[in-house]
Amino acid sequence: MKAKQRIGVMLLGFCALLVNTVVSAEAPVSITVGSKGFTESVILGEMLRHLARQTGIEAHHQRQLGGTRVLWNALLSGEIDAYPEYTGTLLQEILVKENLQTEAELKQALTERGLRMTSPLGFNNTYAIGMKAELAERLKLRTISDLKNHPELVLGFGSEFMDRADGWPGLQQGYQLPQQNVRGLDHDLAYRGIESGTLHVTDLYATDAEIAYYKLRALEDDLNYFPVYNAVILYRADVEQRAPEVAAMFNRLAGRIDAPTMSRMNAQVKLNGEPESAVAAGFLKQAFNLDVDYQIQSAWQRFWQHTGEHLVLVGISLSAAILFAVPLGILAARRERLGPIVLGVAGILQTIPSLALFVFMIPLLGIGGPPAIMALFLYSLLPIIRNTYAGLKDIPPAIVESAQALGLPSRARLRIVELPLATRAILAGIKTSAVINVGTAALSALIGAGGYGQPILTGIRLDDIGLILQGAIPAAVLALLVQGLFELIERGLLPKGLRIQTSEVKSAS
Amino acid sequence: MLVISQVSKRYGDAPALAPTDLQVPSGESLVLIGPSGCGKSTLLRLIAGLIQPDSGTITFEGTRLSSENILQIRQRMGYVIQEGGLFPHLTVRDNVTVMARYLHRDASWIDCRINELAQLARLPEEMMSRFPAELSGGQRQRVSLMRALMLDPDLLLLDEPLGALDPMIRYELQQELKAIFGQLGKTVIMVTHDIAEAAFFGQTLVLMRDGHIVQAGPFKELAQTPAEPFVEQFITAQREPMAQLVEALR
Repeated sequence: MKAKQRIGVMLLGFCALLVNTVVSAEAPVSITVGSKGFTESVILGEMLRHLARQTGIEAHHQRQLGGTRVLWNALLSGEIDAYPEYTGTLLQEILVKENLQTEAELKQALTERGLRMTSPLGFNNTYAIGMKAELAERLKLRTISDLKNHPELVLGFGSEFMDRADGWPGLQQGYQLPQQNVRGLDHDLAYRGIESGTLHVTDLYATDAEIAYYKLRALEDDLNYFPVYNAVILYRADVEQRAPEVAAMFNRLAGRIDAPTMSRMNAQVKLNGEPESAVAAGFLKQAFNLDVDYQIQSAWQRFWQHTGEHLVLVGISLSAAILFAVPLGILAARRERLGPIVLGVAGILQTIPSLALFVFMIPLLGIGGPPAIMALFLYSLLPIIRNTYAGLKDIPPAIVESAQALGLPSRARLRIVELPLATRAILAGIKTSAVINVGTAALSALIGAGGYGQPILTGIRLDDIGLILQGAIPAAVLALLVQGLFELIERGLLPKGLRIQTSEVKSAS
Repeated sequence: MLVISQVSKRYGDAPALAPTDLQVPSGESLVLIGPSGCGKSTLLRLIAGLIQPDSGTITFEGTRLSSENILQIRQRMGYVIQEGGLFPHLTVRDNVTVMARYLHRDASWIDCRINELAQLARLPEEMMSRFPAELSGGQRQRVSLMRALMLDPDLLLLDEPLGALDPMIRYELQQELKAIFGQLGKTVIMVTHDIAEAAFFGQTLVLMRDGHIVQAGPFKELAQTPAEPFVEQFITAQREPMAQLVEALR
């Protein structure tokens, strides 16, 4: 039986190889894994990358993408091939509408979507509600139900927990909690809030390294509200054809990571500052005796990589925005009816929170650079369109009329008279866009586009101010440089006649 | 040269010009005059094709103005407005020659023509490379006139060309403009609200009120046989303060 299976797998693999070489001879098999924006997920992601590499296949890791939906959609669309997930999240959040009960039903639902799930890895990273052990002692709080008697406590939850059906809304209803002062914030920042005393209660992940570090107490879930969050690896079914040995590797993790082990690995990264890659490799060595060859980039290498990524994001999106927005501004100024429509649409785009805009692009363009560039492009349009429009509209009517009266056709008027006179306004719009663009581009790390946002995100996750500054300072410097660049361009472009102060000459004719 | 027939114009609900007829023979100096809002500038802008009439036709040397031919016809009309309407980012030379260069006229012809016009407008050569912001109001109007005359148009349209100048310069420029008009022998249509200026320039004065032509004819005719009391009022209103001053000096 086993031999037959193996032959079957080999045959399948062979067929897949044939199909691959025929259909896409130019593209060698490569595997991309993703991870969520918290340390445990990044460690597991690194583990998957190491495992895939062990088979000789090229593997990439899109680290700390912005949230469950981003990863799920990226997996469905094939942007990534695998990522670590939790059964509770699948049942209670992603597939909650299907009302699945058992693991078998879950596997069935995943298969229908072209996905596979490994058996549980061995730890249950369920949510818990926690607070300072000392405070809990003082208020004599042991269970979540005990919170009912203390409406004055300030609650702060990770943004995901805040909004998930199985998060705060359900918890509040289930336990009838009376607290009014409830905030959503980044999970890693919540620990600092607890430590400083501005927050009293937060959500924990059971394997968080901080529970011990900050001397927190997890309140007992006496109504059994939280489901089980068994860690699993989700991967695309086609991995079994494209790279069966990689799928086999992923499945080797099943049952091999228990809660103390995971908690210890989290602590190694978060508290000792060891790189995720090294921690993941250490585990693989210990558990499977695999020698993983990994490289840790130096700070400078990372800096140049992030600079390169940031420049590409800004350069392409801003150039495209200039190329589109200036003509749109001209159109808006020239066509009475189109003007309000163009300005209105660009204005609406600008009101979409930038993070949401990034996420909206994912179904259209996947994850990584293209959706980030598209979002930045859309975000950069309004200031340029509006300033082009205003610059053209502000030209004194006498000048426009004089150009008309000379007999210059519309296009020539624009080129010879109107655009030169609007130069200053247009460039001011471009400068505004450039600065916004450089700043917003830092957010694109959330959808896997890298850039200076990457060290900022990692710094927030690891509570490392130095790392945050490694992203924040270059981003600020870049914004200033880009603005300076356009100042120089303005000096070259602005017609000389416009630089003369009108009051200089007052001689009689 | 110019035949205006039943031309009217409204801005929204407000009638700016009632259906109007007017003929301007070749070589004539015609002045449109009247109080603010009487429709004189509207009429001039209709002739230049800057706005389209709601009804009626304008015929220029036998060709009916339309949006298709207006660009060609404008090359045969020179247009000067109050404050000059010069392009601030271009030098005097570039302002004057912008249309000629757009039409790819011969460079030596352009040079020759600009020298001719600078002499006519009494502007020194070195001023040609200045920007409008570096000129006085009177100089700007001279440049504006040069620009209007660059392509040697048959018809010269002037919309309060001296309206923004102080009285001394205005007086000086009036004399010069009249001399230039006499020298060129072109058809001129000028808009002003100043009766003395109108009488000084115009062979024919066209007095307007509320979008209607009240009376058209030489100044003498308007003064001696006013078509309605308004004509007399309009002339007296501007003459009276001066007359009183002269009286007081006696």
